[in-house]
Amino acid sequence: MADGQTNGKTPKLDKLDKGPWPSFVKEIKRAAEKNPMSKDLLGQLELSYEDKIGHWKHGGIVGVLGYGGGVIGRYSDVPEKFPNVAHFHTIRVNMPAGWFYTSDALRTLCDIWEKHGSGLTNMHGSTGDIVFLGTRTEQLEPIFSELTKEGFDLGGSGSDVRTPSACVGPARCEWACYDTLKLCYDLTMEYQDELHRPAFPYKFKFKCSGCPNDCVASVARSDMSIIGTWKDDIQVDQAAVKEYEDKGLNIQRDVCGNCPSKCMDWDGKTLEIDNRLCVRCMHCINAMPKALRPGKERGACLLLGSKAPIVEGAQLSSVLVPFMKMEPPYQELKDLCEKIWDLWCEEGKARERVGEFIQRVGLGNFLEAIEVEPSPYMIAHPRDNPYIFYEDYFEEGDEEDEDEDGDE
Amino acid sequence: MAQIELAGKMFDIDEDGFIQDASDWDENVGAAIAPTEGVTEMTEEHWKVVNYIRDYYLEFGVAPMVRKLCKSTGFDMKKIYELFPSGPAKGACKIAGLPKPTGCV
Repeated sequence: MADGQTNGKTPKLDKLDKGPWPSFVKEIKRAAEKNPMSKDLLGQLELSYEDKIGHWKHGGIVGVLGYGGGVIGRYSDVPEKFPNVAHFHTIRVNMPAGWFYTSDALRTLCDIWEKHGSGLTNMHGSTGDIVFLGTRTEQLEPIFSELTKEGFDLGGSGSDVRTPSACVGPARCEWACYDTLKLCYDLTMEYQDELHRPAFPYKFKFKCSGCPNDCVASVARSDMSIIGTWKDDIQVDQAAVKEYEDKGLNIQRDVCGNCPSKCMDWDGKTLEIDNRLCVRCMHCINAMPKALRPGKERGACLLLGSKAPIVEGAQLSSVLVPFMKMEPPYQELKDLCEKIWDLWCEEGKARERVGEFIQRVGLGNFLEAIEVEPSPYMIAHPRDNPYIFYEDYFEEGDEEDEDEDGDE
Repeated sequence: MAQIELAGKMFDIDEDGFIQDASDWDENVGAAIAPTEGVTEMTEEHWKVVNYIRDYYLEFGVAPMVRKLCKSTGFDMKKIYELFPSGPAKGACKIAGLPKPTGCV
């Protein structure tokens, strides 16, 4: 019996189908009308809610020839009840930079997937990939070959470079301080081996955000966060600032008042910005997009080490290189990444993210090994004390002040 | 659990084809698994990798990390994938009779 214990009834799931908002249950039910895998998926999920336990086995190693990643094996632990989801492997497909598709490309992907899998997709996974949910082992090679014929490739999984992702960048956004799409594509092509053939202690994610608004949340979700920034002064159009006030914006209260470093002042005529104090929070620019723009000398800030809580707790990336020009061929960035990988692969433990590795060995030792000079810009938050203790500035007798120096 | 006959012996295997009890493994068994992982013929180079993985596993109880495997055998990743098209974890470990490597997606 394909729908197992539940006799095709799913009272618990039905509750998640009520109300005006979108529901995954609604979507799976729609898919179940024409796909037996989706039907059994509903059945197994209902059983999971009934039993209060997940019915997927842990792990599974499946893949396509030539690649060590891109497919995540998933098996049901109740295949006798739900034979159509006995195998329910996930496929990650490398998305285009910035997630731009033609409707034709989307139809092509869906056609391939309806033919060879459950038809259910997840657009997009947290790494950014197109995620195909649920297929059988013998379908993997046919799917892979059809995808590549259409110009798509698998994404990363396991201990490799994960599919790099980027915000929409200059394609749709005026704040982009560098071409995120170009960098994302370049990194993807440069690191094909590292992406498809896992050889790291654990995963390594790149995310490219064009400005500090950080629309791809790179500071929280990527080991190497590449966030656009500028070196010079915020560009101000004073007449346009005035216009905002004329239209009812309370600039002193809602713009200057919310500036975290209180670096600006509005006297009713002129917006004065002390750019030396600006922490690039983007608030004023977001509040008055017609009047303010990022400066002209643009590039990116590189931050390292964020991760979600799996082995150790969650971490945000912190500044490694305060400013780097982001122009092809991005050699400076690549050289730095490769030095980091060499060290981390040599000394890192299995399943240790680079952020955890730095915590274990200490930032000072880490910097020395990757040959980066420590700098006071290496901070977790603007206006924080730097991590590095500068012995040069330390003299006998300074000890009383030690607490205030914020050393380790 | 599914069973499979390899080199005249019966083995329990999991869904991914990894043998469950590695104590009965020998080179004939490894050679019998090889074609299922896209390896048509086990050459000396294949055995160098498989034996290294197996010895490491018997000593430390886990499979070696890929980088260590490359260093110790002198093969780079490209070579490893030429030898084992399904990769070191799925291909070489399975042929070496190791239990399925666990871990995160």
